Amino acid sequence: MPVAQVGFSKELIDFISEWKQKPGSLIMMLHRIQEEFGYIPREAAERLALETGMPLAKIYGVITFYHFFKTSKPGKNRIAICLGTACYLRGAQDLVDESRAILNLKGEEPTDDGLFSIDEVRCLGCCGLAPVLMVGNEVYGKVTKDQLPEIIAKYRQQ
Amino acid sequence: MAYKNFILVCAGTGCESNKGIEIYESLLREAEAQGVKNDVQIVKTGCFGFCEKGPIVKVLPSESFYVEVKPEDAKEIIAEQVVKGREVKRLLYKKDEKSASNVKVEDIEFYQKQFRVVLRNCGVINPENIDEYIARDGYSGLEKALFKMKPDDVIAELKASGLRGRGGAGFPTFMKWDLTKKAPGDVKYVVCNADEGDPGAYMNRSTIEGDPHSLLEAMAICGYTIGSHHGYIYIRAEYPLAVERLKIAIKQAKDYGLLGKDILGSGFDFDIEIRLGAGAFVCGEETALLQSLEGKRGMPTPKPPFPANCGLWKKPTVINNVETYVNVAVIMTKGAAWYSKIGTEKSKGTKTFALTGKIQNSGLVEVPMGTTLRDIVFDIGGGIRGGRKFKGVQTGGPSGGIITEKSLDEPITYESLSALGSMMGSGGMIIMDEDDCVVDIAKFYMAFCCDESCGKCAPCRIGTKQMHAILEKISKGTAVEADLDKLEKIGKSMTKASLCMLGGSAANPTLSTLKHFREEYLEHIRDHKCRSGKCKDLVVYEIDASKCIGCGLCARRCPVPCIAGEKKQPHVIDKSRCIKCGECFKACKFGAVAKK
Repeated sequence: MPVAQVGFSKELIDFISEWKQKPGSLIMMLHRIQEEFGYIPREAAERLALETGMPLAKIYGVITFYHFFKTSKPGKNRIAICLGTACYLRGAQDLVDESRAILNLKGEEPTDDGLFSIDEVRCLGCCGLAPVLMVGNEVYGKVTKDQLPEIIAKYRQQ
Repeated sequence: MAYKNFILVCAGTGCESNKGIEIYESLLREAEAQGVKNDVQIVKTGCFGFCEKGPIVKVLPSESFYVEVKPEDAKEIIAEQVVKGREVKRLLYKKDEKSASNVKVEDIEFYQKQFRVVLRNCGVINPENIDEYIARDGYSGLEKALFKMKPDDVIAELKASGLRGRGGAGFPTFMKWDLTKKAPGDVKYVVCNADEGDPGAYMNRSTIEGDPHSLLEAMAICGYTIGSHHGYIYIRAEYPLAVERLKIAIKQAKDYGLLGKDILGSGFDFDIEIRLGAGAFVCGEETALLQSLEGKRGMPTPKPPFPANCGLWKKPTVINNVETYVNVAVIMTKGAAWYSKIGTEKSKGTKTFALTGKIQNSGLVEVPMGTTLRDIVFDIGGGIRGGRKFKGVQTGGPSGGIITEKSLDEPITYESLSALGSMMGSGGMIIMDEDDCVVDIAKFYMAFCCDESCGKCAPCRIGTKQMHAILEKISKGTAVEADLDKLEKIGKSMTKASLCMLGGSAANPTLSTLKHFREEYLEHIRDHKCRSGKCKDLVVYEIDASKCIGCGLCARRCPVPCIAGEKKQPHVIDKSRCIKCGECFKACKFGAVAKK
């Protein structure tokens, strides 16, 4: 088994040593790791297993149970399209299909150049703006299919 | 120093993502630049509720209610309102283009039938400042409980108030607390369920973002009542703003001695910790939530034993949702006698709903129990957008059912909604119009439940998958009539045999649409027709040669492209290549493209 090749920042190490004392803190530690890497690399999970003494199988059991945790690296620009009910009724599925067509993407894997990945998410919580999508931390409300090429182009140039 | 004006800027997630913070910052900058920063206090508040018209800015004391404000409007607001004392007419709320713009806030239809108890502080106080909460009688309920009441008095007060759990089935709150109090054991826990996973519901998030201290106060009261010293708030990781505000609130409450050791010198200790969820709908189920809090996979456990006896780490635990706790804070401050006057005989108080979908005024609303759905949809919500016809309203999200036109006058209570085959749920309220297809919606919710089923029990794991497969067949036009009976049979067994309420209610959207719109299901099966055109496999686009003038607009819009024809001659769609995107239908100005 390859062991713990991944570097953790000092803040992350401190966080883990503080939280591992507390009961039931695995999910909180995983959140912190994902915050640092954008996803949970296998090596990071292995290192967490070593540091906490928890079996790797248990850690993976938790990672794969929850939608929020990702095991593969997302694109540089993560496009999150809301598929909550309100957005769905106002045509969010079309936005998903159209952006997948534009970027030639099928699943959650990023584009070949690593610039974009698409996530279908549940409710971003701004139903008044439906349909909604987010690129990084920027929110776009009342989006139509026609606006997609422009939105995507904006991030391609950056 | 006295301020002449107060500007309240909505900083809830809805408005914030629509540049609310930029507006706030521009207002600050402009006030400084125009030399009036000592005359005006600019505050970020919680949600005003009228999300459709956001971002919202309210100016006091003139009560000017500005809607759809943009950062560049800040200059004018400061120059006109603060410097010259005049309203900025063009930004004021107007019902439509023609109406007068000087409507008072209380006269806006959206607010008229509302009664804000849970949301009393949202959009009024700065949620990041504990002093503003205290100024509005905050923490006086906790003080009263600690110094004037015994734990049994608190339970008696809750019993008299008639408060029932707001998260789902409506179990009386006092009973839950009483059972936990009486359960043997020294260590007990207070847990708040803020895992609002229902897509299209955001009442709890807005409540926390707008008024986090209400929740903390009520949890401390609960701790005192049941003899617990430790509380957990389990909140969705997808709600970063709410988490941030809670962290600030907890810190401020500790600094003021309202949380932590020896609260207000009473000798009672109570601490609250935040734990993040990680995107699993099933964790809204209380036993699954407790598993998740313990750091495990969030899978439900059979009941009994109930959390009141054997909850978090097998210790007695009270678990309530955000809205239930916030109601407790109000009851303890204003008294059960006041509270029990609101609502109906068996359903007391108010209920918050997130009104979304095909409605004119999307937003967060709070009404007394017993208000009719018609009042909510047509008076508060302003009816359906674009003059379309109302089809149904889904309450309770993926666990609820659809309620149709004929039941709109039913007063909303726990009992009436479950009699209608739906449920209160946490309070998502999704409005559908004639353009929505019931099969498509049932399929949408079933796909959601299928995805979110934890897989522990067979009825839910297999049932959701099978029902989804049948719905898929119906939407593709390959089902037979007997499939409808199968749907009902599987649905009913899931309802009876599933371990938790996710599986127990996953069939509700399908069963209720089947009950009210069986005819539409049959159309899909028998006639291979979807009247709304949502089920793309059943739609055929055709050009009516007699109406087509050959302008070629449809051909230019067609992304495939599969429309051909000479200029000024009728065009033809090659159906074998058509992807049914509907662009030609939308483009044609002569109604020549027909959807069949």
